[in-house]
Amino acid sequence: MRIGVYVCHCGGNISDIVDVDEVAQFASHLPDVVVVRSISHMCSESGQKAIVDDVGEYRLDRVVVAACSPQFQGTTFEKTLLKAGLKPNMVEMANIREQSAWPHYEMPEKATEKAKVLTAMAVEKIRRAKPVERESMKIGKNVLVIGGGIAGIQASLDLANAGFNVFLVEKSPTIGGHMAQLSRTFPTEDCASCILTPKMADVAEHPNIHLLTYSEILEVSGSVGNFKVRIKMKPRYVDESRCTACRECEKVCPVSVPDEFNLGMTKRKAIYLPSSIATPHSHVIDADACLGIVPLRCGLCEQVCEANAINYDDMPKYINLDIDTIIVATGFDIFNAKLKPQYGYGKFQNVITALELERMIVEAAEGHIIRPIGKDIAFIQCVGSRDKQVGNLYCSRICCMYATKLASLLKRADPSRDIYIFYTDLRAYGKGFEEYYRNAQNLGIKFIRGRPGELMENPENKKVIVRVEDTLTRKIIEKEFDLVVLSVGLVPSKGTIEIAEMLKLPRSSDGFLKEAHPKFRPVDTPIEGIFVAGTAQGPKDIPDTVAQASAAAARAITLMNKGEFEMSPIKAIIDEEKCDGCGECIKHCPVDAIKMNGKAKINIPICKGCGACISSCPRDAIDLKIFSNDEIMAEIEAALKDKKAGEKRILIFADNICTYTLADGVGTAKMRYSSDAFIIRVPSSSRVTPKMMLKAFEMGADGIFLGECEEAVSPYPKTLKVIEENVKKVKDALSKAGIEPDRVQYSPFVTVMFPKFVNIANKMAEIANKYGNIPEEKRKKLNIVEVVE
Amino acid sequence: MTEVIHIEKKNVKFLQKVVELSGEEVTMCEQCGICTTSCPMAEEMDVSPAGIMRAVQIGDESVVESKAIWFCASCFTCTVRCPRGIDLAKVTEALRQLTLRKNVDHIDLDEVKKESLPAIALVSALRKFTG
Repeated sequence: MRIGVYVCHCGGNISDIVDVDEVAQFASHLPDVVVVRSISHMCSESGQKAIVDDVGEYRLDRVVVAACSPQFQGTTFEKTLLKAGLKPNMVEMANIREQSAWPHYEMPEKATEKAKVLTAMAVEKIRRAKPVERESMKIGKNVLVIGGGIAGIQASLDLANAGFNVFLVEKSPTIGGHMAQLSRTFPTEDCASCILTPKMADVAEHPNIHLLTYSEILEVSGSVGNFKVRIKMKPRYVDESRCTACRECEKVCPVSVPDEFNLGMTKRKAIYLPSSIATPHSHVIDADACLGIVPLRCGLCEQVCEANAINYDDMPKYINLDIDTIIVATGFDIFNAKLKPQYGYGKFQNVITALELERMIVEAAEGHIIRPIGKDIAFIQCVGSRDKQVGNLYCSRICCMYATKLASLLKRADPSRDIYIFYTDLRAYGKGFEEYYRNAQNLGIKFIRGRPGELMENPENKKVIVRVEDTLTRKIIEKEFDLVVLSVGLVPSKGTIEIAEMLKLPRSSDGFLKEAHPKFRPVDTPIEGIFVAGTAQGPKDIPDTVAQASAAAARAITLMNKGEFEMSPIKAIIDEEKCDGCGECIKHCPVDAIKMNGKAKINIPICKGCGACISSCPRDAIDLKIFSNDEIMAEIEAALKDKKAGEKRILIFADNICTYTLADGVGTAKMRYSSDAFIIRVPSSSRVTPKMMLKAFEMGADGIFLGECEEAVSPYPKTLKVIEENVKKVKDALSKAGIEPDRVQYSPFVTVMFPKFVNIANKMAEIANKYGNIPEEKRKKLNIVEVVE
Repeated sequence: MTEVIHIEKKNVKFLQKVVELSGEEVTMCEQCGICTTSCPMAEEMDVSPAGIMRAVQIGDESVVESKAIWFCASCFTCTVRCPRGIDLAKVTEALRQLTLRKNVDHIDLDEVKKESLPAIALVSALRKFTG
């Protein structure tokens, strides 16, 4: 075995704190290490070349890079190893930047000591690693696009044009989404429906797109290349292929209900065309509003339908699809303005939302005046955005420009109008936005920097009184307006939240879907084969949405185009000689990847490699191919070796999705936590068995903590339960040996819980300090304590 | 005449002092002015609530001499509306403390006609005008 160790300076990020030469010196004495280098930027071309050269010159078969997080540069070095002719899993990274230099920047000596131990852990781990062949899997060309707004439309068209088979599922009776509701689009003022309808028609006519409107997804199982999707097509009661949209049925229908396309400001019939640009261009019967279909209570529409399109016997249809990749384009909802009661929305008749104004403008252009707009108009910005009081800290990004657009349209239509926009910060960041803002000011629209506290209604004329501090003159402005428009922000749509739960997609702290990497994988989700486009990922305007939709389509094509793709090498393996077919593991597998055929068999493409099955096996017959029992034990041993008396060592097992990412985030934010805490990366903390934990205590661990994804964001459901059971077993065993059971703990995390992570790392260290080291005689007892089954 | 404020070390120290006393990160204020329009006393104040926050941010110590901080009724409307979640009432109290801790009596209890004042005003006066 011949190992090369490379210590990275990270251009000072590491070397300003950690004594990298001391770490390199230390590493040169570790077993099997034949070459050690300390290099300014390991990830640079010259850094990578050093590895390739050394593999040739020193015949290295394993490499340790002591640098940043493996989540940050792991794949870089895996590729370097491939170039050097080694298997990609023969490199191990010691994360001495996020876990040492940054969180312990105030204690350079401790940071250096910790960096040494982290490096030793990586060396010991890689010594136990076995070269793993990457396996490939066949993949087809079927894509499910969820959501028929502009994002879903664009992604579907790109995929279909590239020759892929698209199933576009939309829950409402027409595609088009929010864009179909808009008047004009900033900053060019194109008519929104005029530029959208050709794309909608393309979708309907494209031979490669199967358009499933008025449909919802009931269930998704399986994984990339092998998703099983069950879809319910709700009954329309109107045959799309026959309906000519002549609207005769609407004339006779006796039922009127609020029209959701106009946000309830107008009425529609129970049989209706969802909008004038609806695609498919067909009526639909709203079964909830209709007087009765089963049994038939009215039947007037059928009598007047010359096309014979109405079918009261229509039933829901259920479709099962085999899907290879999924694009989630489930969009946004507007912020519910009633959650800011001080603005009186829903109570004052002249306070409306911007989307309502959009519909009023479109309808007015078609000759339907929904309500008078008036002369004196105020826009209030950041309603539901950038507001801790409603829990939305983010900027919704589009409101500054849509308010500017609506104000410009109204001012141009009637120059005698007096229009004010009350803003906190005006964000005109996009192409052509600043020029558009200038134009609006040139039109005479007044931008006042101040956020109104509350609105009042003049009881006599129902006008709305706005009182605001002009923060630039420090004077309070008060004025009566005919109309106040609330520039409401964007929130994740109900559908986005439901689909996230169904697909187990993690969401970021703002509630929108989380991307796999904020910079370099902006349209990938952490789950392979599932991509995200548009406002489901975060607030954005139409150009950004379209760009992202095309990007998501391209990423899906990248995965499917070759007809096969490389699977993650982290998979469970069964030792058939040890397995007696008891079936315990099946109960613990969160994704049903184990089948019993006399002995347990792993379904490789489905297995996610969490390792929850390992601790359930009474015969120790299961292991993981990467992150094997041997590798983890070697890391534990190295973390505890050379521990001096009185010194404390806490082991934090961190699942790779949430806790490890969180620890990286804490490090990057330079938040300090106890330098006695050592993080061990695992796919899921459920793979840490009670035996491992007890062995760690026996070897001198002062505390053990298991971090795991919160259920809602975990790609492996049910693992928390496995962890709970395992921790309980360890606590029992500790108690029997007379050791304090709270030395072992676990907790769920999401990636943004920075203070919680810091508190827990410090708390575990405090507990260890309070109790002191575990005396040797008690540790020896652990050896004979049987793990309670 | 536009006043010029030369930012020096003492300005930064003043900000730090107020942050320390109030426990609020005053630099978080984004100057939206919602506190001012929400404040029932704003019209009586020589410096608006948002103006007080700005003065503290730039370390303008003259704000301690303002009447505004004594007009504050501690009604907390600003606190519940601040989009950045700053507790402005605590900041204002911190500014009052800077004077109160000097232990100067601005009011002589013996000279106050007790029967002429509602009890609550007396308590308020004791709190605000004595050290």
